[in-house]
This record gives sequence, C-alpha cells and structure tokens, in this order.
Amino acid sequence: MVTFVAPGKDIVVAKDLVKRFTDLVAVDGVSFAIKEGEVFGFLGPNGAGKTTTMRMIQCVSPLTSGILTVDDLDVVKDERRIKSILGVAPQEDNLDPDLTVMENLLVYSRYYDIPKAEAATRAERLLGFFQLEAKAATSIEKLSGGMKRRLLLARALLNEPRILILDEPTVGLDPQARHLIWDQLRQLRSRGSTIILTTHYMDEAERLCDRIVIMDNGRILAEGAPKDLVKSHMGDNVVECKLAPGVKECLAGTEGIKAIDVFGDTALVSTDSPQQVIEALLKGCGVESATVRRSTLEDVFLKLTGRTLRE
Amino acid sequence: MSLSWAFRLPQLSGRAWLVWWRDYRTFMKTYKTNFIPPLVEPILYLVAFGFGLGGFVSKIGGESYAEFIAPALLAISMMTAAFFECTFGSFVRMYFQKTFDAIIATPLNVDEVIMGELLWGATKSVMYTVIVLGVVGVFGLVTFPMALLVVPFSFLVGLLFAGLGMTFTAVSPNIDTLSYPTSLYITPMMLLSGTFFPLDVLPAPVQQASWLLLPLLHAVNISRGMTYGELGPGMLLDLGWILAATAVVVVLSINLMRRRLIV
Repeated sequence: MVTFVAPGKDIVVAKDLVKRFTDLVAVDGVSFAIKEGEVFGFLGPNGAGKTTTMRMIQCVSPLTSGILTVDDLDVVKDERRIKSILGVAPQEDNLDPDLTVMENLLVYSRYYDIPKAEAATRAERLLGFFQLEAKAATSIEKLSGGMKRRLLLARALLNEPRILILDEPTVGLDPQARHLIWDQLRQLRSRGSTIILTTHYMDEAERLCDRIVIMDNGRILAEGAPKDLVKSHMGDNVVECKLAPGVKECLAGTEGIKAIDVFGDTALVSTDSPQQVIEALLKGCGVESATVRRSTLEDVFLKLTGRTLRE
Repeated sequence: MSLSWAFRLPQLSGRAWLVWWRDYRTFMKTYKTNFIPPLVEPILYLVAFGFGLGGFVSKIGGESYAEFIAPALLAISMMTAAFFECTFGSFVRMYFQKTFDAIIATPLNVDEVIMGELLWGATKSVMYTVIVLGVVGVFGLVTFPMALLVVPFSFLVGLLFAGLGMTFTAVSPNIDTLSYPTSLYITPMMLLSGTFFPLDVLPAPVQQASWLLLPLLHAVNISRGMTYGELGPGMLLDLGWILAATAVVVVLSINLMRRRLIV
C-alpha cells in the first residue's frame, strides 16, 4: 500500500549553525528547516560543509555555536533520544567484516534494544526489500559495492527511523543499482519517512529531492525545489555557442536573457526565450551554429559554486 | 591548559555490554584459531625456560624454576591478552573497520563503546588465563584450590592492561606507531617484573622504579601468592596499586578516545 503523506511540521531546524575546527570554519552560520516527510538534499563541492552539517544533526559532532533541533529535541541535550529516531547510512562502508549479512543486522539491532524475535523479523523483511535475501549467510567481503550499500541502507532502517540520513547513497554504483536504490527511497518517502541526503549527482537530486540547499565554503548559497532553482537562476533553456569576438556585447540588446557565462571557448546563454537568442546569434553576431538544451540543476550548481577545481 | 577533560567522569550505562557482546560474538566465530596462541605459548615457555633452562637454575625461595615462572606466565597472559586486544584489535575496529563510527550512530555513546572494548579486553584476559592455568595445572606447578583465585583476578589485571592499551591506541597516529609501546614498554615489563628472575638481584633504584612503573610486577606478586597458596598482607599494597592504576587508565583512555573520535 502506498499512501502519500504531505510534508508536515519542521522536523530538523538549524539556526545560525557554526562548526569551527582549529584551522577552518566548516559550517559558517547556516539556517534551514527540514519538513517532516520530505526528501531534503545537501549539495555542494567537496569541503562545502555538507557532511559536517549532517554529522551535527546525527549528534556525533558538537556544535561550535547556534541552535539545532531534531523533532523539537536539542542535539546538545537529547543525544540518545534523537539518535534512537535516526537511521544513518554513511558514505564509507562501516559494516562489520567479521560478520555475515544477517549477523550484521542482528548485532546492530541490539544497539537499539530491539527484541530478538522482532529484530529477526525486521532483518528478513529488510533483506527482502533490498533484494539481499539470497545473501543472508554471505560474509561482507564477498558482497559487491552495490550490495554493501543496500545493506547499509537496510541497517539504517532497522530501528524504523523517522528520519533517514544518507551520505552520498549511490556513489560509485552502476545505473542498475542506483535505480534500485532510488526506487526504494521513493517508497520510503511515500510511507512518510523524512530523508536527508547529500549527493554530488545532480540528476539524483533532481529526481529524488523535494527541496535542496546548495552549499559552498560553509554557507548556503541557494535553497528551494530543484525545478524552482533552475527556473529562477537559469531560465528554462541554455543556448550554447562557440565563443566569437564580441558575442557578449552583441547580445546586450536581446530580450529574455538571464545571464551569459563564458567557459573556455563556449558561451552559455541562460534564457526563457531561446528562439530569439538563436536568431540574434546567427543573424547579428556572426556565430555559425548554436544549440539549445534545457537548463539543469548542474547549470545552477556550476553557476553558484564556480568551475574552479576544489581539491 | 587545563587537563580536567582528561579525567571527566565517563557517561556509562549497561549498553557498554552490547559492544562487549559484539566483540565476543565475532571472536567466537573463529574461536578455534583464537585459542591456539594462549595454549601453545605457555607450553613453549615452560619447556624452554622451566624445564630446559630450569635444569641449570637452583631453587628460588624453595621453589623449582618451573614453579617460579608458572605464576609469571599467568600474569603475562593477563597482560598480553588485554593489551593486544585494546591496541591492535581496537585500532583496527576504530580506524580500518569504522566499527566505532557505526555504533555511535545508534543510541550508544563513545564512552560506552570504549568501555565495552575494555570489558572485552578484560574478558579475553580471563579466557587466556583459564587456559594457561590449565596448562600449569597439568604440569602440577600450582596449588589448587587457591590458584583458582587468579581467574577473577585476571579480570582486574585485564581491565588495567586494556585501559593502558586503549590509552596508547587513542594517541597513536597510525597502527605502526603502536609497536613503540609494545617494544619499549610491554616487552621490558615482561622481563623486568620479577617474572623470570627475582627482582632483588637488581640495584635498589631499579627495583623502586619497577615498583612504581610496572603494573605487571604487582600482578606477578599477587599471582605468585595465589598459585603458591600463600597470600600475605603485603599484597594489599600491590592490589591497591592495581586498583588505582586501573581507575586512572580506564577514565583517561575513554576521555582520550572521546577527544579523538568526537570532532
């Protein structure tokens, strides 16, 4: 049965959140509110502060300053109660290599005080949900990357968490495995789970997230539904053409242009009226060819965070 | 800089035993291989030192050389079982397997995770001690039933060396640097704690320094009293030393680990 649950109250609220390490400010005064039942994504280049923010929500990294509440509980005071309603699937595999697939789930369930019989029932159901039932007695070393990731998700769901925290849930997976995980996450959302995730994949964010924030250098640069962000920052379309001298000036008088970005020898024109732009380019600016494509979240991301390599 | 954080009272609950249970469960998966070293090593020591070298050694305090080293072998097994579990074993779980990270994502906190590790280290000391006690018992080198006291005693000594090992683990930048405390502290301690020769042949300052710095020396003293069936009031001082040191390293190692893992 699939029931749609409309996003409800604010379940995670951050106000002026700061995390300072000795030599850098990882999170620099961010505020956001995540609603119950939504899929909320943190996007940003490496070192943007996404994982640090998630770790503070998980109560495993103390705040430097600011306020952070999860289900109206303070992360500073109510660590244990908060952790009991969270399910966490980390970026790095931290499954127990000494144990089998099933044993991993059973041992982990003890940390949540789940009674033995109930834990066994849940573990079997979750292995089924993630198509791992045939692997129950397999040792972790023999699992593929996709299977490990599915098992991490299954483990995160053992305590039937109200909030699921996923750090790059599909990194390094083949398309089949990614689609399977997306399907499962959509099912979870439709049952009312709140899902908070980080990702570097823009298509993943566009497909899964109700709302996202784009972070860089510890700050939030933009927040909203992926579609709205694309619309407001880029317009509907991008016209790409080879950069000819004076293209920018030449387009100055054309209507409906949101922005002109130059990248290498290519000019990217964001616009809601691509037809006019193309006409202007071909007829007035001496450009030989131009292509139109739909604007994507990746365009927004690169526009906001720049094209400079981070590491 | 204030060092009060290092002696903050850990926030513990019975949940620490869940971590103990996790370690116990993985250990038992390979118990057959796990029990071979504690079985073979004391036999080798007994054959090589006790009966081989011992043939050239006169009696020490009325005891044969094999009888002299038997309680030391018990104490050494208490030390090594817990120390290696909470150095190399814990480091692998912390750093390579990320087991601690996985557990602190659940309602357990770091203090409980580390306490569970220490309890497990102490438990391993008990298991190894039971095996070594069986070996020296078969050779008739200890006096029962009082020698059975080394079994509960090994839990305390195990906890001490678990805490000591965990303290080094908490400050070790990588797994290779753990060989420093092993070769610079544990190995000399194994030789200089009244284990293979009575300490009174050494100069007085060395004896005093050993008394202050080497936990194994106190474990050997008490172990000897228990296996000879001769417990004396002097051993209360050794017991006090062990209790105090255990309290210090348990609290210190938990706080050092918290500082390392919670950033």
